[in-house]
Amino acid sequence: MTSTACFVIVSRNDIPIYEAEVGSAPKKEEIAYQHQFVLHAALDIVQDLAWTTSAMFLKGVDRFNDLVVSVYVTAGHTRLMLLHDSRNEDGIKSFFQEVHELYIKILLNPLYLPGSRITSSHFDTKVRALARKYL
Amino acid sequence: MIGVGKAKQYANVLDKPLSRGRQEVSLSAFAFLFSELVQYNQTQVDNIAELERRLEDAGYAVGARVLELLCHREKGNRRETRLLGILSFIHSTVWKVLFGKVVYLITFCIWKDNLYQKRYVADSLEKGTEHEDEYMISEKELLVNHMGAFNCGAFVAGIVRGVLDSAGFPAVVTAHFVPIEGQQRPRTTILIKFAEEVLRREARLG
Repeated sequence: MTSTACFVIVSRNDIPIYEAEVGSAPKKEEIAYQHQFVLHAALDIVQDLAWTTSAMFLKGVDRFNDLVVSVYVTAGHTRLMLLHDSRNEDGIKSFFQEVHELYIKILLNPLYLPGSRITSSHFDTKVRALARKYL
Repeated sequence: MIGVGKAKQYANVLDKPLSRGRQEVSLSAFAFLFSELVQYNQTQVDNIAELERRLEDAGYAVGARVLELLCHREKGNRRETRLLGILSFIHSTVWKVLFGKVVYLITFCIWKDNLYQKRYVADSLEKGTEHEDEYMISEKELLVNHMGAFNCGAFVAGIVRGVLDSAGFPAVVTAHFVPIEGQQRPRTTILIKFAEEVLRREARLG
């Protein structure tokens, strides 16, 4: 069963620092652009919602056709955003928590400038492996 | 036997677990590192104000990381959205982890010896009386001021500013010496002045 999923990490200053298409559907250029557009459009909603709750996992914040945007906000206001079509909330929450841990490890690197792009290929491999496992 | 009890070696830092590890760091090692930091910056600047700004920037980098790490470890993944919430987080959790039990989460590495132990707790969190947007953390013996003749409190002010800024509460944070009657060592006060948008948002959230 193919699933669509687009994962983006957006920093505090609204700059995407990591992007990946992690669904199992075949990748098409036009669709990828559309996914990114939808995710960026959801940022406004996330910004308002983030201040109303102290939880990190905000569930479905926005919809587009049959795709849902789920967001996980870290303490430093870095947003992990996922555009997906599945309804597996627990899997998505676990995915976010694991990626959050990876992100903290990247952040602890003193030579990493917070808010800059994450270029580590190891990080990329791990995120895709987590996506296959949980989504 | 060789190798018994040796920690498992990980190929990549992303595979290492984020566990707490041993929480004490040698004070001498930290003092050495911090003095080198100050001396290095002294060679690059012409005046004290510039030096304090550089120390603050170094602290800012620490603060941003400390916020994420502590929220993950200590607070079970709950964020702070209110002003008093983030201030009490700094005043209790951050201070306890960084200074209370002699744990120095410094940006470059974590030293794992334990040669020195001392306890102190940030004395109090007070509201500055003149302005609505000012708060003070007052401490009798700020650790970094034990070394050197001038005010290295700028480093700690930078840490506080890093935590606040990353959490979405932009503020101007400065460290001041406040002479107190009857004590030869002046108290160090960290003064936090929040930006307009923080107060507006607080008022809106009720």
